[in-house]
Amino acid sequence: MAVWIESGDCTGCRLCVKACPYGAVEVEDGKASLNDRCTSCGACIAACRHSCIRTDASAEAPDLSAWSGVLVFCEQRDGVLNPAALEMMGAGARLAAASGQPLEAVIAGSGVRPAAETISDYGPSAVHVLDHPGLADYRTMPYASALADLIQSRKPAVVLFCATHVGRDLAPRISRRLGVGLTADCTGLEIEAGTGHLRQTRPAFGGNVIATILSRTTRPQMATVRPGVMEPATKAARAACEIRAAEPVLGPRDLLALVVEKVRTRRAGRDIRDARVIVAGGRGVGSAEGFRALERLASLLGGEVAGSRIAVEKGWIPQQNQVGQTGRTVRPDVYVACGISGAVQHAAGM
Amino acid sequence: MDTVVLVKQVPDTAEVSIDPKTGTLIREGVESIVNPEDLNAVEAALRLRSDHGGTVTALTMGPPQAREALLEVLAMGADRAVLLTDKAFAGADTLATSYTLGRAIEKIGRFDLVVCGRQAIDGDTAQIGPQVAEFLGIPQVTYVQALEVRDGFLIARRGLEDGYETIKTPLPALVTVTSDLNSPRLPTVEGIMSACAGPEAVDVWNAADIGAMADRTGIRGSPTWVAKTETPSKARRCVMAGGGDEEKARAAAAEIRKRILG
Ligand SMILES: Cc1cc2nc3c(=O)[nH]c(=O)nc-3n(C[C@H](O)[C@H](O)[C@H](O)COP(=O)(O)OP(=O)(O)OC[C@H]3O[C@@H](n4cnc5c(N)ncnc54)[C@H](O)[C@@H]3O)c2cc1C
Ligand SMILES: Nc1ncnc2c1ncn2[C@@H]1O[C@H](COP(=O)(O)O)[C@@H](O)[C@H]1O
Repeated sequence: MAVWIESGDCTGCRLCVKACPYGAVEVEDGKASLNDRCTSCGACIAACRHSCIRTDASAEAPDLSAWSGVLVFCEQRDGVLNPAALEMMGAGARLAAASGQPLEAVIAGSGVRPAAETISDYGPSAVHVLDHPGLADYRTMPYASALADLIQSRKPAVVLFCATHVGRDLAPRISRRLGVGLTADCTGLEIEAGTGHLRQTRPAFGGNVIATILSRTTRPQMATVRPGVMEPATKAARAACEIRAAEPVLGPRDLLALVVEKVRTRRAGRDIRDARVIVAGGRGVGSAEGFRALERLASLLGGEVAGSRIAVEKGWIPQQNQVGQTGRTVRPDVYVACGISGAVQHAAGM
Repeated sequence: MDTVVLVKQVPDTAEVSIDPKTGTLIREGVESIVNPEDLNAVEAALRLRSDHGGTVTALTMGPPQAREALLEVLAMGADRAVLLTDKAFAGADTLATSYTLGRAIEKIGRFDLVVCGRQAIDGDTAQIGPQVAEFLGIPQVTYVQALEVRDGFLIARRGLEDGYETIKTPLPALVTVTSDLNSPRLPTVEGIMSACAGPEAVDVWNAADIGAMADRTGIRGSPTWVAKTETPSKARRCVMAGGGDEEKARAAAAEIRKRILG
């Protein structure tokens, strides 16, 4: 596919300049032209009011009608659902409602039927249970095989994963196997009116830009979704939900890798991701001593203490209390920031 | 022990700033660097070579100037470097990039381990590693914090949100590494001298060299499409409170009442 500008009718209005994600359109002497940063993505074509931007790509859209509905991968460990799974169910339910298509969930593991029952209360029309001894611990290969097979048989239009260390390990493997697009660490999802495509919003360049990404020609549309961002699902009035046992077929190659040791280091509870009130500190707090005052305020308010990366680097607070791009994403009702300048990488985490 | 290290040249995002007038990213004058975690990947490969022998090959896909990133890696001590560059590769998303890198690794042929960074600081996707592993049909371990190779097996510590797990898997395999793994060495003077010794230091391959199908690379091979990019806007306002602690606290409380509690 190639894109070029026929500048005859160009008015130099710069709408194409704004539409270009790559900074590839320049206006000189009142006429737009493409520089060598152009990737022929076509983002400028629709922006032009005078049809000056042309492409040789065929307008014929592939038939995607066989793919429908939203499938949510609900992550569990030792039978306990990851709290982000319910956020995915919430996001999935809203997309399903917007597209008028069904919401289904899938859970994988060994002996996970009770967890599947729990999910069935949150509004899906079906929960697929991939139960197999080979799926007891999360392992990339057997999970990828079992899920890819299910996706190919169910043909959902959208598949959502939590952007956790499991989801971000697993989803790309599946997207490569299916040969479809995958958008990482999304913070916004919506169904585009008219086309029904999934509009996926995500921060890039360390939170310096927010990109909107679509897969217009392939299905399913796959996304990993940042934990802590989506409103969790609430228990639905018990509608008809079918719990379906799928039979995963795993080959010897799937089972090559072994988990030989599991270690939990974080103490339970007191997770800044769940806090309603956060008192955060940065370089300006000056010392570990300074954080005592913040801890006192946080405990008076029934909240948690968090901090910027600088506060972590100085050793004033532990890494799991860092907010930001390389830390955690939080969604409190009140966030008090003390001695924090509010760098994009910090603000990316809220 | 032959390793292939995937390195990417990225703009230094710590340096990226936003044009206050247009609200767009200022890319001019932003320095290009080797993606930080890819330096940890190189370091890991060099240490495996010193323990087990073998070779370290660095591979990058990018515009011609990405050669600089490879020279840096050669100066750290890599044996060989390959630059994949072709107009047909431009505009690739992770699916097309993983195809292109995967084809090149197949052409390199002999490898026991592929080492990547966890994620690149420009795209922040962390998808390339798993997608290349799938393309090659080999096991993967992501978020690696420690690793060793013993009797043909890789034993790697994979970081989790609340701890870690240790994975044992046969070679060949692929790992994506985090900055906890090691401290990358600096290039030595001799390293820089020999890396820059001649133009032949870096092999340059195009689409034909790796037998890449045109509809699977670059923008054509990319199912995802960037519809729009925005720079998040935020308004800042500063109110200075004066007086003693008591007065400052009252002023802060009044301000919070006014703004948050309405
Ligand atoms: C790839 C990448 C990822 C990153 N990820 C993160 C991340 O996840 N989280 C994160 O936080 N950062 C992250 N950063 C770092 C980020 O860019 C900033 O450097 C960092 O957030 C700044 O921390 P700060 O606000 O504590 O310090 P500073 O920016 O130094 O701000 C200190 C503030 O304190 C104020 N101050 C000083 N003295 C006082 C006083 N006596 N009373 C009141 N105020 C005072 C100052 O005016 C200033 O506003 C990342 C950077 C990069 C490049
Ligand atoms: N164009 C590229 N060339 C070589 N390696 C790459 C390229 N893009 C990504 N990688 C590798 O994949 C890792 C993850 O990148 P990403 O999936 O873009 O976040 C990086 O740390 C690199 O090791």
